[in-house]
Amino acid sequence: MKSRAADIVVLVLGLLSAWQLLSFVVGANIVSPPATTIIRAIELLQSQSFWEHAASTGLAFGLASVIAIAGGVVGGLWLGLRRFAGDVADPILGTFYSIPKITLYPIILLVFGLSLSAKVAFGVIHGIFPIAIFTMNALRNVAPVHRKTARMLRLSPVATVATVLLPAALPEILTGIRIGFAVTLLGTLIAELFASTSGIGFALLRATDVHDVVDILALTMLLFTFAAIVNALLHFLERRIQHRD
Amino acid sequence: MTEAGPHISLRAVTKIFPAVGAQAEVHALGPVDIDIVRGEFFSVVGPSGCGKSTLLDILAGLSSATQGKAALGGLPLHGVVPEGVGVVFQQDASFAWLSVWDNVAFGLRRRGAGKAEIQRHVDHAVKFMGLEGFAEAYPAQLSGGMRQRVCIARTLVLEPELLLLDEPFGSLDQQTRLLMGDELLRIWRETGATVVLITHSLDEAAMLSDRIGVMSARPGRFIEVVETGWPRDRDSRIVSDERFGTVTGRLWSYLREESIRALGYSQTSR
Repeated sequence: MKSRAADIVVLVLGLLSAWQLLSFVVGANIVSPPATTIIRAIELLQSQSFWEHAASTGLAFGLASVIAIAGGVVGGLWLGLRRFAGDVADPILGTFYSIPKITLYPIILLVFGLSLSAKVAFGVIHGIFPIAIFTMNALRNVAPVHRKTARMLRLSPVATVATVLLPAALPEILTGIRIGFAVTLLGTLIAELFASTSGIGFALLRATDVHDVVDILALTMLLFTFAAIVNALLHFLERRIQHRD
Repeated sequence: MTEAGPHISLRAVTKIFPAVGAQAEVHALGPVDIDIVRGEFFSVVGPSGCGKSTLLDILAGLSSATQGKAALGGLPLHGVVPEGVGVVFQQDASFAWLSVWDNVAFGLRRRGAGKAEIQRHVDHAVKFMGLEGFAEAYPAQLSGGMRQRVCIARTLVLEPELLLLDEPFGSLDQQTRLLMGDELLRIWRETGATVVLITHSLDEAAMLSDRIGVMSARPGRFIEVVETGWPRDRDSRIVSDERFGTVTGRLWSYLREESIRALGYSQTSR
């Protein structure tokens, strides 16, 4: 654990040095230096308007995450338990996962208008596919010997799912949720960047319009920090569930 | 052999896997005829891919015979797992999300056994299999051999009348194999269960069994059934008995040609 903490410190210091160097090479008017940016980020954290934008993004991201996780897990479970349905759905899900979702945004805007729902919907279509794919594959990848064991123990179909298949698949489902979480945040922010009236993405866009480099980088850094913390927490949960530590 | 009357009876049992896509039909097993009496320790040896595991699947009720009659205790086996049958698979079947203790207790809990009964049986099995210091550990923290012992314990606590073992000691080193063999013999004597062991190891078969069925290359049939004549009260020290060499020698003389055939078969078919 001690060495991991040291690794993180080294990584952060390395990133900060690279950032400082980049700022020095390309100029502070293009990439603001770390110190200035961090001070600005702290100022932002103390301002009311930042928290209004954060609340707006947070609400959309929260709703989108709940819908993407619920829909992705339930859909993935259903497909994972039905081999034929899974075989049919597999390439379709893969295609949906890989197409640039931005091409769908005009349609979403037409359906939902310039609203919270549009941001949520755009977040959901990013997150739901990886979660469904991971969940489906997690169930299909359960070792055949575990299925055989369930049969040998004469478990009912419900007991087989609840006490063998689901627990066996859980670590992989959690990986899907972690990745789904990240792309849901991405989707929500992209929606805000392209067309919205509030949110961190919107604030970023406005800073870009007036070429406020410090604001752009400060906001990006705060987003990065948030995403990294959530990712680390989910990763920790995954490790705990796998009983490897 | 404690009682008369066959516990397992196979009559012209054949398994043919139908053609799937480009894969032609596979005649995996049979016809196989054998009677195994209650309380017997019967081993099956044969070249790789001869249908040993297919035979075990049929005996376990995991798969049904394409032709012929398979019966357990006089009742037909037709692809449904009967009560009182326990299987230890070749692959690691321990549940990664449960501790050793909970793994061993799994079957008893699902069966609805009482708390005190579970506690007693599981504690005993954990101790019995030499896992005492590891009851709270998770499979990922154990070696392959220990995980296999967890699976054996999980099967044994259910006190099966018929214990089917598919290469259960494949992942263990030679010394541990011998000692686990002793454990198995002890369990077999104490529970009076019928044991069918599938193994690659001629030594293991010769040391443990009352009788050994030698299978041909695919499609597997019994080409010979070798009786060892060991007393019921025996252990791994039997390997130093001169008759042990005679038994393994006999097994090998039957198996040698089949193994060459099995190898040549797979070389020309590719």
